[in-house]
Amino acid sequence: MKRFFFLTMLVMLALAACAPKGPTALTVMTHDSFSASEAVITAFEQANNVKVTFLKSGDAGEALNKAILAKDAPLADVLYGVDNTFLSRALKAGIYEAYASPLLVNIPAEFQLDPQHRALPVDYGDVCINYDKAYFADHSLAVPGSLEDLAKPEYKDLLVVENPATSSPGLAFLLATVKHFGVDGYLTYWRSLRANGVAVVDGWETAYYTNFSASSGHGPQPMVVSYASSPAAEVVYAETPLTESPTASILAPDTCFRQIEFVGILHGTKNRALAEKFVDFMLGVQFQEDMPLQMFMYPVNPGASLPEAFVQYAPLAEQPATLSPDLIAANRDQWIADWTEAVLR
Amino acid sequence: MSISIYHKGTKAQREKISVFVSLWLRAFFPWLGVSLFLGLFFFYPLARILWLGLTPVSLLTITPESFLLTSHSLLFTFYQSFLSTLLTLLIGLPAAYLFARFDFRGKALLRLLTAIPFMLPTVVVAAGFNALLGPRGWINLGLMRLFGLDSPPIVFVYTLWAILLAHVFYNTTIVIRVVGNALAHLDPRLEQAARSLGADARRAFWRVTLPLLRPPILAAALLVFLFDFTSFGVILLLGGPHFATLEVEIYIQAVQIFNLPLAAVLSLIQLLCTLAFSMLYSRIVTRLAVTTAPRPAEANLHRAKTGREKLFVGGMAVLLLALFLLPMVSLPFRSVARLETARGERTAVSYGLTADYYAELFVNRLGSLFYVSPFEALTNSLLYAAATVVLSLALGFPVASALAHPRRLERFLDPFLMLPLGASAVTLGLGFIITFNKPLLTGHWSPITSPLLVPVAHTIIALPFVIRSLQPALASIPDRLRQAAASLGASPSKVWFTVDWPIVARATLAAAIFAFTVSLGEFGATSLVYRPEYPTLPIAIYRFLSQPGGLNYGQAMAMATILMGVTGAGILLIERFRLPGAGEF
Repeated sequence: MKRFFFLTMLVMLALAACAPKGPTALTVMTHDSFSASEAVITAFEQANNVKVTFLKSGDAGEALNKAILAKDAPLADVLYGVDNTFLSRALKAGIYEAYASPLLVNIPAEFQLDPQHRALPVDYGDVCINYDKAYFADHSLAVPGSLEDLAKPEYKDLLVVENPATSSPGLAFLLATVKHFGVDGYLTYWRSLRANGVAVVDGWETAYYTNFSASSGHGPQPMVVSYASSPAAEVVYAETPLTESPTASILAPDTCFRQIEFVGILHGTKNRALAEKFVDFMLGVQFQEDMPLQMFMYPVNPGASLPEAFVQYAPLAEQPATLSPDLIAANRDQWIADWTEAVLR
Repeated sequence: MSISIYHKGTKAQREKISVFVSLWLRAFFPWLGVSLFLGLFFFYPLARILWLGLTPVSLLTITPESFLLTSHSLLFTFYQSFLSTLLTLLIGLPAAYLFARFDFRGKALLRLLTAIPFMLPTVVVAAGFNALLGPRGWINLGLMRLFGLDSPPIVFVYTLWAILLAHVFYNTTIVIRVVGNALAHLDPRLEQAARSLGADARRAFWRVTLPLLRPPILAAALLVFLFDFTSFGVILLLGGPHFATLEVEIYIQAVQIFNLPLAAVLSLIQLLCTLAFSMLYSRIVTRLAVTTAPRPAEANLHRAKTGREKLFVGGMAVLLLALFLLPMVSLPFRSVARLETARGERTAVSYGLTADYYAELFVNRLGSLFYVSPFEALTNSLLYAAATVVLSLALGFPVASALAHPRRLERFLDPFLMLPLGASAVTLGLGFIITFNKPLLTGHWSPITSPLLVPVAHTIIALPFVIRSLQPALASIPDRLRQAAASLGASPSKVWFTVDWPIVARATLAAAIFAFTVSLGEFGATSLVYRPEYPTLPIAIYRFLSQPGGLNYGQAMAMATILMGVTGAGILLIERFRLPGAGEF
C-alpha cells in the first residue's frame, strides 16, 4: 500500500522539479500546423537571450478557445494562428494587447484587418479547389472555370469537400460560395452540388489522402478543396523528384477564399518587451522567407522573396473571395447550421 | 462540533466513534491514491468546465433546435454503440473460447494480431479500411476488373457498416482478454462433474460454463459499450459527416461554435449515461459473482480432436485472420511501395518497391524546429507507456483488491471509476486549461506545459481497464485457500505471496498490456496536453498526414508500421515475461 503512495509522491516531486529555470522565457501559443526552421528560431533566441517555448494547442479554433478560457491567467505571451474567420471572436473576447509594430508600414493595407493593431497579419493563403491534372487530360475534360460549372453534369461525382462544421478549409470554401451567390443564393447552389454528387468528408486529411485521386491515397474524386500552395507541396514532398506537379488549383474569380493568419500579444503578459520583439521577428524578412516552405502559406511582407517552388507551382488567385470578419462572426454558426440541413440531412 | 461530542460523550461512546472513524479510514485507505489522482486530474477540471458552462444565464441560450439536435445524436449514439457491442461480442466470445480452450500452431501470433488494432490511430485504420474496401480499394477494383463494371460494386466507407466493423476491429481484443482470461482459469472439474452427471458437452457449456462467465462477459460488454458510446475518430473518418454521435456534437459545439453551455449539457448527458450503465453493471455483477477455485490455464487447454472442433478452430482462425490482417496489411505494404503509374489512371495501379520512406524519416529536409526522428518519437512513446503502466498499476491494484470484496463503500464508488471512459476528451482538455493555467507549487511552473501531463492523461484512460482486468482475478480467490494457508502457519505476507500472487500475476500482465497499448495508441487526450518537443508516434503520424505530398504519406505509413511493430513486440515481451512465482496461472 505504501508503495503506490510513495510513487504518487515521486510523481508529484518530479512534476515540481521539471520547472523551467532562467529568467528570460517566452511562451508562444500556436495552432498545430505551426512550423519554423530551427535555425531561424535559434537566431531569434540568441539575439535576444531568450528561450522560446511553443505551446501547440489544437487547430486554430481550439487554440483560440483555450486562449479565451485562460484570459485571466494567460497560458502564453503571444498567440499566433487566429485567422480572418475567427478574428472577430478573438477581438471581441479582448485577449490581445494592441501593438503597432514599426514593421507594419511595409505590409499592404488589405491584410491589416484590425485597425487597432491588436491582431497583426503574418501570412495568407488561398483555399482553392485542386484538381488531378492526369484525370482531366485522360478524359479530355475541361477544367471547371467557375463555381457554377461544378454543378454541371460533366462534373458529376468528381468533387470532394470538407464539412465546414469540422474543418477550416471546408468553412473557407463555404464562405467563398456565400460571397459569390449571396446569403440568399448559396444554399440553392449547395443543393445543386448535392444533386451533382458532391462528396463531403470530415476534414482535410481524409479529403486529400483518402478521396482525392491525385494524392498517394489514390481516391475516387479528381477535385478536392485544398490550398493554392498544395501543388507546390506535392513537388517539394514528391517520392521521386518531379519537374511538374501532378495537381493544380482552379484560380478562377471567386472560386478561392483568402485566409489571413494573425499574431497578437496576449493581454496580461509579463514579457511585453520580448513579446513585441517576437511579433517584429514574425513580420521580419528572415521569418517571412522561411515560412512558406514550413507552413505552405504566403508571406505578408512584400520584402520577402518567395521560394522557387512557390513561384513555379503555387500561383495565387487574382480575384479571391473575401468577407469581412464581422460578417463572418455574426453569421458563421447560422450558415454552418443551414448548410448542414441542406447538404447532409 | 466533533470536539464537543468528544468531551461530553462517555468513554464507551468515544471508543465507538474512534473505532468507527478508524474502520472507515481503513476502508477508504485503498481508495486514497485513486481518489487523489482522479480528483485532481479528472473530476476537478471536469467540474470546473461544466460549472462554467452550466450557469443559469448561459442555459437560457440553449434553443429548442439544439434540444432536437441533442436527442437526435443521443439516439444515434445509443443505436450504433448497442449494435457495435452486440457484433463485438458475437465475434469476441467465440474468439475468447478459441484462445482459452484450444492449443494450435500460430496461436500466439493470432492472438497478438487481434490486440494490435487497439493502439492504431484512427487515421491509419481508416486508411487501411479504405485500401481494402474503399471505392478504389483492392476488393472493389478486383470485382470491377473481373466483371467489367464501371463503378465500385461495394459501398462501404461512409456507411453504418463501416462504423460497426471498425468498432469490432478495435474492441474485440477487450472481449478476448477479459472473458478469455476468466474462461482459461475456470475450474474444468465443474464442467466434468456436469458431464459425469449425464449432461452432454453442449448442455454442460450452456448450464455450467456460461453462467459462471456472466460477470466477465458483462465487464467486457460494458467496456466495449462505453468505448463505442464515446467514439469520435471512427465516426468522423469512416462514418463521415452524415453521422453524429454525442462526442462529435460536443466537439463541434465546444471547438467550432464555442457554445460552451450546450457543450457542457451534452457532456453532462454523456457522463450521466456512462454512470447509469456502470451502476447497472455493478448491481448485476454483485448478484452474479461466484467464487470458484481458479485453475492453471493449461488445465483447460487441449488440441482440437473431433471433426467439429477442428472445424471450429479452423473457421475461427480464418475469420480472425480476415478481420484483423486484411485491413492492416496495406499499411506495411504502402510503407515500402510507391505509386508508379500516372496517378489519374482510374483502374490500373502499379507499385514499385522502395525504402525511401524509411530513409526519409531520418532526414530533417526543411530544417524544421519540430522535426522528430523515429527514434525520438519511439523513445517518447515508450517512456510515456512505461510511466502509464507503472502509474496505473500502482493506483489500480489497491482499488481492484478492495473491489474484489465489495462493501458499501466499494459498491458506491465502483461506477465512478468508469467515468473517465465517458468523459469527452475536448471538454476535459478545456477543463485542464482553466484548472492548470495558473502556476502550481513553484512560482514559475504551471502543469499545463509539463510533458508529465501525458502519462497522467493516459493513466486516466487506462485505469478502468487495469481495474477491470485485476478485479475478477482477485475476486476469484476463495478465502478458504487463504485461511488454509494461514492455519498452516503462514504469515499474512507469505499468504499473499503463495496464494494471491500466483493467481493475480497473470491478470497483472493483462492489465499491464492494456495500459501499454492504451498509452502507445492514445491520440485524443495526448493532442490536448502534449508538448511539441516530445511528440509520440501517433502525433508524428498525424504531422505527416497534415501536409500534401507522396513523401509525407509514405512516411506516415512507415511510422504506422513502426508503431505496429513496436506494440506487437511490446505485447509479446510482456506476455513472455514470467513474473517470479507466477506459476502457470
